[in-house]
Amino acid sequence: MALKMVKGSIDRMFDKNLQDLVRGIRNHKEDEAKYISQCIDEIKQELKQDNIAVKANAVCKLTYLQMLGYDISWAAFNIIEVMSASKFTFKRIGYLAASQCFHEGTDVIMLTTNQIRKDLSSPNQYDTGVALTGLSCFVTPDLARDLANDIMTLMSHTKPYIRKKAVLIMYKVFLKYPESLRPAFPRLKEKLEDPDPGVQSAAVNVICELARRNPKNYLSLAPLFFKLMTSSTNNWVLIKIIKLFGALTPLEPRLGKKLIEPLTNLIHRYVWQILLCSLRTVLISLSSGMPNHSASIQLCVQKLRILIEDSDQNLKYLGLLAMSKILKTHPKSVQSHKDLILQCLDDKDESIRLRALDLLYGMVSKKNLMEIVKKLMIHVDKAEGTTYRDELLTKIIDICSQSNYQYITNFEWYISILVELTRLEGTRHGHLIAAQMLDVAIRVKAIRKFAVSQMAMLLDNAHLIASNTQRNGICEVLYAAAWICGEFSEHLEEANQTLEAMLRPKVTTLPGHIQAVYVQNMVKLYASILQQKEQAGDKEAAQEITQLMIERLPQFVQSADLEVQERASCILQLIKYIQKLQVKEVPVAEEVIALFAGELNPVAPKAQKKVPVPEGLDLDAWINEPPSDSESEDEKPKTIFHDEEQRHSKPRHPEMDEEELARRREARKQEQANNPFYIKSSPSPQKRYQDTPGVEHIPVVQIDLSVPLKVPGMPMSDQYVKLEEERRHKQKLEKDKKKKKQKKEKRGKHHRHNSLHTESEEDIAPAHRVDIITEEMPENALPSDEDDKDPNDPYKALDIDLDKPLADSEKLPVQRHRNAEALKTPDSEAPPVEKKSKKPKKKEKKHKEKEKDKGKKKEKEKKVVEEEEEKKKSSKHKKKKHKKEKEEKSKDKKKSKKKHHHSEEEVVESVQNGTLDDEPLPPMSSYRLLAENPYIKMTYDIQGNLQNDSQVTVSVIFENKSTSFLKSMELNVLDSLNTKMLRPEGSSVHDGIPVPFQLPPGISNEAQFVFTLQSIVMAQKLKGTLSFIVKNDEGSTHEKLDFKLHFSCASYLITTPCYSDAFAKLLESGDLHMSSIKVDGISISFQHLLAKICFHHHFSVVERVDSCASMYSRSIQGHHVCLLVKKGENSVSIDGKCSDPTLLSNLLDEMKETLSTC
Amino acid sequence: MIKAILIFNNHGKPRLSKFYQRYSEDTQQQIIRETFHLVSKRDENVCNFLEGGLLIGGSDNKLIYRHYATLYFVFCVDSSESELGILDLIQVNLLDMGYAHCFYYICTYFFSLIFYVHNILAEMVMGGMVLETNMNEIVTQIDAQNKLEKSEAGLAGAPARAVSAVKNMNLPEIPRNINIGDISIKVPNLPTFK
Repeated sequence: MALKMVKGSIDRMFDKNLQDLVRGIRNHKEDEAKYISQCIDEIKQELKQDNIAVKANAVCKLTYLQMLGYDISWAAFNIIEVMSASKFTFKRIGYLAASQCFHEGTDVIMLTTNQIRKDLSSPNQYDTGVALTGLSCFVTPDLARDLANDIMTLMSHTKPYIRKKAVLIMYKVFLKYPESLRPAFPRLKEKLEDPDPGVQSAAVNVICELARRNPKNYLSLAPLFFKLMTSSTNNWVLIKIIKLFGALTPLEPRLGKKLIEPLTNLIHRYVWQILLCSLRTVLISLSSGMPNHSASIQLCVQKLRILIEDSDQNLKYLGLLAMSKILKTHPKSVQSHKDLILQCLDDKDESIRLRALDLLYGMVSKKNLMEIVKKLMIHVDKAEGTTYRDELLTKIIDICSQSNYQYITNFEWYISILVELTRLEGTRHGHLIAAQMLDVAIRVKAIRKFAVSQMAMLLDNAHLIASNTQRNGICEVLYAAAWICGEFSEHLEEANQTLEAMLRPKVTTLPGHIQAVYVQNMVKLYASILQQKEQAGDKEAAQEITQLMIERLPQFVQSADLEVQERASCILQLIKYIQKLQVKEVPVAEEVIALFAGELNPVAPKAQKKVPVPEGLDLDAWINEPPSDSESEDEKPKTIFHDEEQRHSKPRHPEMDEEELARRREARKQEQANNPFYIKSSPSPQKRYQDTPGVEHIPVVQIDLSVPLKVPGMPMSDQYVKLEEERRHKQKLEKDKKKKKQKKEKRGKHHRHNSLHTESEEDIAPAHRVDIITEEMPENALPSDEDDKDPNDPYKALDIDLDKPLADSEKLPVQRHRNAEALKTPDSEAPPVEKKSKKPKKKEKKHKEKEKDKGKKKEKEKKVVEEEEEKKKSSKHKKKKHKKEKEEKSKDKKKSKKKHHHSEEEVVESVQNGTLDDEPLPPMSSYRLLAENPYIKMTYDIQGNLQNDSQVTVSVIFENKSTSFLKSMELNVLDSLNTKMLRPEGSSVHDGIPVPFQLPPGISNEAQFVFTLQSIVMAQKLKGTLSFIVKNDEGSTHEKLDFKLHFSCASYLITTPCYSDAFAKLLESGDLHMSSIKVDGISISFQHLLAKICFHHHFSVVERVDSCASMYSRSIQGHHVCLLVKKGENSVSIDGKCSDPTLLSNLLDEMKETLSTC
Repeated sequence: MIKAILIFNNHGKPRLSKFYQRYSEDTQQQIIRETFHLVSKRDENVCNFLEGGLLIGGSDNKLIYRHYATLYFVFCVDSSESELGILDLIQVNLLDMGYAHCFYYICTYFFSLIFYVHNILAEMVMGGMVLETNMNEIVTQIDAQNKLEKSEAGLAGAPARAVSAVKNMNLPEIPRNINIGDISIKVPNLPTFK
């Protein structure tokens, strides 16, 4: 056998291994592809061999090739073979290869289910680990469903290494198989309090990832996370929790109040800047609900400024990132740092510049828009990389067009900015500029004249823009220019010239869709020229222009683009016909212009979707009976509600008087009223205000258009900036004058948007009457936000209410046929896992199982009811003093296996002090009274220290009962030989330890003291004194309070989950000593009894059968303690086994005491 | 969530790629190329964060990278990860550890570097989520696994090792193989992530 193996290895050594492959690829630089294909052939040969080592080697090489971009899916089956090798070495290679190349589409993946299940339950933890890691990369819905239960079981594995991996992979399972979330959630929650920090962090990770998508379902976990936040020292966990709170606080404003304090504490505690950054952002989101915290925001922003000014680029970036988060809620406090942000625009780092740009977006106001855009324009000129320049361009447009052009006061300026932007070469965003031009020209009526003149200029200079066509995105603006000139041709002053510009032969080099628009709009232009000429009686000129069209149009008829060709030939025929009519001296202009009559309205992007379906119309019904053939697919009934944007039937005002706006409005209104085809827009505030009486009283400042219009060449937006400034100044003066005269009723009529304006901004009125037409929505459109959600969002499936009790149907599928020994986990809620079942008995057994399930279910329901009652109670008695009640609650808490770290109680305290009463609190408290006098009450709890086997932590809560101020508290104990208080270095055994806080009246706080011990087998008592100064109005007195600190044996125990098989092994091992007790007169239910033992003595339930349960715990020094608890009718007997007999007997004595009080 | 971890050299040749989302092989290569393109044109003294990778994720995603000697280490993450945290993960866990253990492993097991790094990654990040940040814990687990591997190889593994040793006799080759080997650890003035 061994010989054979050696022989196999010798064979193997002549194969290429991975290193040879890498080296080979490097040596064949010139013909890499050829070399690799040769290698792949070799690999195929190797895969055919029986020797698993050879196969593994081949798979190893394949994995490398996959990384280089070669498809290796053909070897999927071989990979599975290697995965199922018994040796870890090969298994690891197999799983790695699988994780790199398997995906949901891999068909052989379902073959892996059993292999993975086998590996998951392997005794070797690394087999399990490697399987989990691999699975995390290629889990499919099927695998998730089949393996969910196995992974659930692994979540309470004895090894933290497996536990943490199992917890983490659950997230992937949830994603693929959302039904598993509810059954698995209780256990996941439990893992938040796992003794192992790695497992804890994994659980936090998973829950945060889940909560990020659907935060509202996780609100009930807030107190738990609160506790973790104050106790955790792991920064990863802290960051995650803080991010989680960031998502939770908008949903629960009360949480914000709670968080402010601990978060501020954290800021003080950690100078660590990473944390600072995320902390601040959360602080901000918290306080968004509370206006009185703006001071703290101000502080944050100032601190951030320091970060941004830091020389470290990373901190600068993060500072800006945090700043942008503040901006969303507190724009004002950020706006004061405009100088800094603008400075960042000059940074050499692109990431930082982009961040700064982002910030600018939120910082603009009516006042500073022009200034900011001007700065940005300078940057556009300077920018080298096209990516960054494009980014700048989109940002400029975003900034200007945000919230319906809210900040633009002068649209002439904006148009000229857009025109200036067209000078950018090689930008990808030509269509963006074009869209903006169109939008502004259509929606801002007053600007049309100006826009048309600018567009005409663009068309004239088209050769500059379209110099190197095709690749050049900027030529898109010609599309807009042509359309605007055609559509609003009545505003054109020199229409002839523009028409000629459009007819230039060069135009044919433009992309097809632009040419098409050219052709269409030429006719519009032509129509309006024709009308002009006819009205002027200049028949010759009219014929001339017709002739020009007929001469030039054929170049478009020859176009390769179908659309252009079709339009051009149509129009050519039309014009030829017009020419005929003209020769007969028939006036045609009216008719030609009628071709393009009609008002154009912008339609909201969602309008189509919102058209309500008329009553009685079933869109899914067949209009005609479907033909029986399969061809019917092509003949789906077309919707008759196609609300097309009537590009071709253009609006036209019959008579246009540019100067008198009132008259034009009147005319338009009338036309709308008479036009049966006019779709009336839904009554919007903007529309309505046009009709309000008194519009005429508003001072309409007419800009002297003659100046900007005659600017030769390209316009400079700067001029408009100057003009605008002058205008504003003038306006201000006028306003001041008018204010004295005018009555109040005219207030506020001038605003397009009345939402976000600050006082100072309101003073700036738009340059001229700007009617922004609202986008049209169909009448009775249903307002809904649903359409924003993507129905395919994978996270939507995880939006599950987690607080509802589990239903029977929600159990995870369990593999019934499996013969392996299933493990009974400590959690009674775990789905039932069958024990060894022999086939004939199977049915019977299943039946029993079901009954058991039902029983459990009922029990659970009962508990839920109880809990709810408790909750109600607790909200009645708001104060926490009722110790009894607390204990009751803790009894009720069925899952009392939960460990409680020392700081847990701290949270209980702080939360209860406040208003968060109806949050489900972790009601456990094992605090016992230490000492009490009229001034102060001390309660304490002792916890074993996980990291150190000879230390325990004593948490003492000091509560000030008096009306005086307590300060200079000092705690001292008399050390015994065995137990010593840990004092700071250099202090003697007689020195006390100062309590790190002072207590105002009625306040309580907690301090922790560490004690070292040598032997833990016996309970200990230490005498101690607390000295403190009482300060009130009458003066201060020195007071003392003596106490006795009782270290019970139970306080040395740490709740440790244990598996039944490990438990059985432990009992079998025979190195445990045994002892037992019996307590009579027990009346409480077994469930409560167990809960009590778990809670007060830090045990966990290993297995429970009827009225018999086995329990386990471990001392800080590693003593195993096993218990078998049996309940008779009125008595309880406890058999204990422990590696130390003294410890055991002491423990049992304590337990007796606890139970006898029941 | 971490979407992908990429390691490539100064010429954009991938040294290791790990995707936590499914992409076809072609897309993977495209992503690597695009990322290399984005990252390589940045100066040394700029920040380590980068937005705007088009292929992998959208606006929510970021590239966090470090450049060491001849290698780029790039993590593509979404907004739920802390930027400096990830940076530290690259620094402390991947690089420092790689440096300390690299020679040891290469010499002892003739372990290929790519698999070695893959194993570290597997202990560090699982399915796109950070699994363990404690370096000692990772080292312990990796050591244990390699020990297991060595014990499995036993007698049968000996000849293969011997052959590898002979193949590796060409000493000048080695430093070129070990890309992490010639890293000069110059840690920027970051607050440590401890």
